Amino acid sequence: MPFEWFVALRYIREARGQTALILAAVSVGVAVIVFLSALIGGLEVSLIDKTLGSQPHVTLHEPRETARPLVEPSPTLAIAREIQPSPQRLRSIDQWPSVLREAEETDGVTAASPMVTGPGFAVRSNATSPIVVLGVDPERFVAIIDVPRKILRGRFEAGGGRVSIGSTLASDLGAEVGDRIHVSTTEGVDDVVTVAGIFMLGNEAVDRTWVLTSLRHAQSLYALPGGATTIELKVADVFQAEQVAVALHDRTGLDADSWMTLNAELLAGLSAQSGSKSLIQFFVVLAVALGIASVLIVSVVQKSREIGILRAVGTPRHRILWVFLIQGGLLGLVGSFAGCALGAFLARGVEGASTNPDGSARFLVQLTPQLFLYTSLLATGVGLLSAVIPAVRASRLDPATSIRNG
Amino acid sequence: MADPLLQLEGIVKEYGEAVRTRALDGVDVALHSGEFVALIGPSGSGKSTLLNVIGLLDRPSAGRVVLAGTETTSLDDAALTKLRGRTLGFVFQFHHLLPGFTALENVMLPEWGDLGHGSAELRKRGEEALTAVGLERRMHHTPSQLSGGEAQRVAIARALSRRPALLLADEPTGNLDTVSANEVFDLLRDFNRRLQTTCLIVTHDPRIADRCDRVIQIVNGRIVAPEP
Ligand SMILES: Nc1ncnc2c1ncn2[C@@H]1O[C@H](COP(=O)(O)OP(=O)(O)OP(=O)(O)O)[C@@H](O)[C@H]1O
Ligand SMILES: [Mg+2]
Repeated sequence: MPFEWFVALRYIREARGQTALILAAVSVGVAVIVFLSALIGGLEVSLIDKTLGSQPHVTLHEPRETARPLVEPSPTLAIAREIQPSPQRLRSIDQWPSVLREAEETDGVTAASPMVTGPGFAVRSNATSPIVVLGVDPERFVAIIDVPRKILRGRFEAGGGRVSIGSTLASDLGAEVGDRIHVSTTEGVDDVVTVAGIFMLGNEAVDRTWVLTSLRHAQSLYALPGGATTIELKVADVFQAEQVAVALHDRTGLDADSWMTLNAELLAGLSAQSGSKSLIQFFVVLAVALGIASVLIVSVVQKSREIGILRAVGTPRHRILWVFLIQGGLLGLVGSFAGCALGAFLARGVEGASTNPDGSARFLVQLTPQLFLYTSLLATGVGLLSAVIPAVRASRLDPATSIRNG
Repeated sequence: MADPLLQLEGIVKEYGEAVRTRALDGVDVALHSGEFVALIGPSGSGKSTLLNVIGLLDRPSAGRVVLAGTETTSLDDAALTKLRGRTLGFVFQFHHLLPGFTALENVMLPEWGDLGHGSAELRKRGEEALTAVGLERRMHHTPSQLSGGEAQRVAIARALSRRPALLLADEPTGNLDTVSANEVFDLLRDFNRRLQTTCLIVTHDPRIADRCDRVIQIVNGRIVAPEP
């Protein structure tokens, strides 16, 4: 073992009480960081999962129609007018198959699904509910929103006169798998379909209104033969969605909405949360650093005679420097192991204590290897850094004086 | 005659800023290889200060120190440390062992940095040094488990394990009873005879000074001729 390590370890072992106390302090600090990060990370993931469980990452559609005045005012002509917002018709994306291809080839896009979607009503005996019809290519659509996994009863089908509907809509209509419902659209087209599956995506607005059918069927319901009103996309990194949307908007001229703009409030909340996490982390790190530094400064004072002797017998300054840097780094590292264990234990405890009525965990804390690695590196780095001042002091001790006064 | 091992010329050492103490006031000393010299003088006369200057632990305010042919005035701290490690051994009045380390570890420490703990050669040399001072059965004791005389012998083993050219001892027997003091002195004398190690020993004890080859006396920071 190198000299510096041997002496550092011996010093740490020698000062048993001090070592135990400072290790406890480091562990508590690390545990707080691990616990908070796991908890906040878990909440974040579960919130985003929930949001994206029923939402595409990016949606492409034709720009909304704006009312265009027929006559522009000019220097010689003043116009008094009231502009009324024009009623929105369903419009197909121009040349949608080529837009679809282009979207699929865009960097970061992992799946794309064309659809016709529009409002309507569902009627069964005397119950009537407003609905949103989504005409999809089932295989493509499933890559965007995993409906089959969320099927409560029946099976996921969309086409051939068979549809899948949201669970709340089903109970509003009193419809069960195999029942027939009457669908009418804003285009005045009526049809009768059979409920093949009932799903629950966890988003109340979706579960109350969605009726999934085939693209072809929706095209006929909305009198848009061969059309598609929207293209929904899934991207590899959900936080890149806005960038992808902007790029696609620039390339196609279509409106491109990412889940991030549609959920700006959620994201603002998450970022405020992570901001306060950073602040807490900063203060914890500061406290740990001050603790380690003060313990080592006391140790340098206590050991100044020994340091003087080591210097007198030919130990160079840099070795003395490392003896104390190593102590700081080790205190951080060892403390971080205990802290990671403690933090993980606490996080699991909270996870276990907060359950859904059915006994499953309300959210899963995020205890990733990266978190442990990051925290251990952080603690070790902080240990090393806070040892710098004591170590430099130790290495600068004047041997003659410290032996004399020791 | 060959060049001296150690040559001091006009050494002045002052302490303090406002109130200046002149601890050494123009000291010239030469020590030759193999000499066994006592340094005596009243308390506060500058003996320890002189030893620190010779030991390269302290820089003089003025004057030259030439050790083993090296002019030390212009050396930086790293070079001084290296020269100190190579040519000098120290024994202090209070043994100055590291309390957290065993006798053997204390002896090995000076060279540990260069050779590494695992070095079999270092270990062998440490064991030999302790055997040479008669402590082969105390190798794994810590300083608190040793008597004052034993601890001082460990310090001598530490100083001598590297075969220094010059051994500096500041009142090595000052804290010991007569029997232990004689043992320690005999040990130093023996090493001096067998290994030709030059020794400079600060002492208050006239009986010890009498048994040295030469006596240097210092009063008020100046060398004076010893009384006959
Ligand atoms: N670091 C220092 N700062 C200020 N004054 C010092 C320092 N070291 C020594 N002195 C002064 O220098 C003078 C010589 O001290 P030194 O320790 O060399 O004496 P000494 O001969 O070794 O005495 P003793 O026999 O008591 O050990 C004394 O007056 C002392 O007070
Ligand atoms: Mg003295």
